[in-house]
Amino acid sequence: MIVRRWRGRVGDAALVISTGAATLLVLLILAILVIDVVRGGSARLSWGFLTKAPTEGMTAGGVFPAIFGTVAMVILMTIAVVPAGVATAIYLHEYADRQAPLTRIIRIAVNNLAGVPSIVFGLFGLGFFIQFVGGGIDKVFFGGSKVLGQPALLWASLTMAVLTLPVVIVATEEALRSVPRELREASLALGATKFQTVLNVVLPQATPGIMTGTILAISRGAGEVAPILFTGAAYYLPQLPWYPNSQFMHLGYHVYVLATQSPDVDAAKPLLYSTVLVLLAVTFVLNLSAFVVRSRMRHRFAGASS
Amino acid sequence: MSTAPAVDNARPKLTVKDLCVFYGSKKALGPVSMEIPEKRVTALIGPSGCGKSTFLRSLNRMNELIPACRMEGSVTLDEQAIYGPGTDAVMVRRRIGMVFQRSNPFPKSIFENVAYGLRIGGMGNGSDLSGRVERALRQSALWEEVKDRLNESALGMSGGQQQRLCIARALAVEPEVLLMDEPASALDPIATAHIEELINELSDGYTVVIVTHNMQQAARVSDYTAFFYMGDLIEVANTQVLFTKPSQSRTEDYITGRFG
Amino acid sequence: MKSDSLAKPQVHLQQRELQDKVIAASRPAAAAPAKHVRQPPPSWHIFAEGSLRIVAMSAIAAVILIFAFVAKEALPLLFSGSVHKEVTLRTMWTAQQWPGYDAADHIWQPVSDIPKYGIWPLIFGTVKVSIVAMLVAVPLGVGAAVYVSQYASRRMREIIKPTIELLAGVPSVVLGFFALMVMASWLQSWLGLESRLNALVAGIALSFAIIPLIFTISEEALGAVPRSYVEASTALGAARWQTIVRVLVPAASPGIAAAVALGLGRAVGETMVVLMASGNAAITSLSFVESVRTLSATIAAELAEVVFGGPHYTVLFYLGTVLFITTFGINLLGDYAIVRMKKSLGVSS
Repeated sequence: MIVRRWRGRVGDAALVISTGAATLLVLLILAILVIDVVRGGSARLSWGFLTKAPTEGMTAGGVFPAIFGTVAMVILMTIAVVPAGVATAIYLHEYADRQAPLTRIIRIAVNNLAGVPSIVFGLFGLGFFIQFVGGGIDKVFFGGSKVLGQPALLWASLTMAVLTLPVVIVATEEALRSVPRELREASLALGATKFQTVLNVVLPQATPGIMTGTILAISRGAGEVAPILFTGAAYYLPQLPWYPNSQFMHLGYHVYVLATQSPDVDAAKPLLYSTVLVLLAVTFVLNLSAFVVRSRMRHRFAGASS
Repeated sequence: MSTAPAVDNARPKLTVKDLCVFYGSKKALGPVSMEIPEKRVTALIGPSGCGKSTFLRSLNRMNELIPACRMEGSVTLDEQAIYGPGTDAVMVRRRIGMVFQRSNPFPKSIFENVAYGLRIGGMGNGSDLSGRVERALRQSALWEEVKDRLNESALGMSGGQQQRLCIARALAVEPEVLLMDEPASALDPIATAHIEELINELSDGYTVVIVTHNMQQAARVSDYTAFFYMGDLIEVANTQVLFTKPSQSRTEDYITGRFG
Repeated sequence: MKSDSLAKPQVHLQQRELQDKVIAASRPAAAAPAKHVRQPPPSWHIFAEGSLRIVAMSAIAAVILIFAFVAKEALPLLFSGSVHKEVTLRTMWTAQQWPGYDAADHIWQPVSDIPKYGIWPLIFGTVKVSIVAMLVAVPLGVGAAVYVSQYASRRMREIIKPTIELLAGVPSVVLGFFALMVMASWLQSWLGLESRLNALVAGIALSFAIIPLIFTISEEALGAVPRSYVEASTALGAARWQTIVRVLVPAASPGIAAAVALGLGRAVGETMVVLMASGNAAITSLSFVESVRTLSATIAAELAEVVFGGPHYTVLFYLGTVLFITTFGINLLGDYAIVRMKKSLGVSS
């Protein structure tokens, strides 16, 4: 008896310590990353850094064009992905027959879309949007001259929209699930159609969840680089991307090039660190706000349904 | 195994003929035939699981929300078939309203809750909207309590008030029939008394069908009572008659508390 | 006894009949406002509902289009005569005897006088990096999930979970940057390595991206195990660690398996981290401390310089197709494994 208890105690201690250490290690990794970036990047961080263009071969100046390009791309991407993702989630949750083959196929497609490697999205953007759609438009409307059949803000945004589609769908479905069934029943019993119920009762309730999905999609859009490598990102552009067929600078892409292709890495280091700091700060703010919105939504319904 | 009440000269508002409800291949209810008289209160009683709620929900086609549910037989409202190929469920539900066991107000303001059905029906911008809302709230004896806070959230009200709000919401669209599924079972005795008073007043203008597991409540508020047991309608009669001289032994067993 | 409370209905009923007649006679119809006409919903609703279904199929369309258009650009590898002069499917997958080498070998060297397209070095590289990443990520991710779901207090959980989710939000390019600038030098001086950028560095950095994924899903799976299992085990006298290891974790294994499958898929397909931290040398060796080249990094690194439509271009799209099929397969296998596990646990899916 005593031996067994002792064995139990040792085992308990061992498990707590090992799993606790794992947790600590994970948190430590994040901490080291953040501290290193802040230490290296805060020196150069200033209002000027955020609002000026880079100068002197990327060793001085600011990253405003990259911020502008990132924002422009993210806006176009959001306009494309949110309606499509929300509509898909509404169909899947409110209308689709759970057992029907079409529903199952859609779900498999969404799951697999989430697992496609990001570089494959880049290839897709190149092969479909740029060559096929862009090239096709060029042939039909512009007599073969290269207007849309080349890397462009528009195509990069659409590629990113396809990449973030599963994120919006999953978050919206979670939000729709959290709306209690009784509210839908009450609306239908008053003689509303299903669509009226969705529009007037379900969607307003689901808005926080949809916002979460949108914020997470935006965060991916600001950070993912592989899909835009060949679909529109560029390292140095004299102008801001005012047209849908312009190329654009992008914070993540900027980090990549500065880190791997600077002629003088040491000289570019300060700018590089500061750029990373900006990118990380943006990502963190977005992710934290998504988390706050989501947990508030969960608490609200946990209380309401009790 | 059913009869239509014949004593009173109220005409039938709803006529149910050979109604059967199946969940998948299992028969949950039926066959049931009865008449629901106009502008009277009809109570449905029986032990839990006997099918009375299922029956109630087939009157306004709410059973269709359950995927595996299948119906046979007919229900007519004033000579019009509710389950006809040409009949729209949405239109049926505007003539037959429903109040649920647990109050389910929308997370909107008190005013917007009551106005919801009107807005849905295309009356959103009528100048009469606030007039109709007030009328519905008066009918459900809630007006005096909320007239100064119509724009506050409905979720801030007590349970009894919320249920009266749901009744007002259902009344605002002026249904002809009001179905109530154990409307007071989640409420305390005082709130329950308010609801019962309300039902008495409502029967002046509306046909009311109420499911209740509380026999005394059925005796207090209803004109007719139907007793269900294990998916069958055993007996339906004037409340007075059913509770003092039931014609079926099973009814008598239930009423005297031998089971259920 | 009961007749007292039941006496009312009789009176009630008689009163009722009387009331009906009185009301019918006296209530002027004009007192009530006109019954409002119930209008049907606006017609655009029908159009909107119909388009929901069509839009929902966009996900299917996306997957099909991705595969179609990536594979399309890879087709010349199979069918084009001019491409076959430089490379064929066979020369990619089997060892080739190149001039100047002792024996037949798999070599990836597309940019040279004699372009060589041996795919195995790339596969090796992908596998090595993924192994390192999973070896680090699974113990850390699952371990942290166990701790947070079983031992952490409510407040600790509320702090730790969002923090780890923050790690999930770190863009992979930042992880690659961190590996390149900080971790590589640090590991090199600590372990005395020859190549600064290698599979180990890339794998460890890659694990940072996967850990939050494995953590989140495993933690949810552990939390969803019915409390009755824990109670039964404890009531039988099991120590806490025995309950966790012998009952909880096995019961949560479908979810944990899902997490691992997703993590593996991510590891195989990840691009930026390996692009920046793996050294990008297509070497086939069993050592983990030499530079490697993965499939994804190859595409990213070389696509910028290829001749559009040429053999190298086609081969890169072929690599993309291989990647797509591989991750698709890993996902499917993961789903299948989960269904099997659920069955063996007796859980209805």
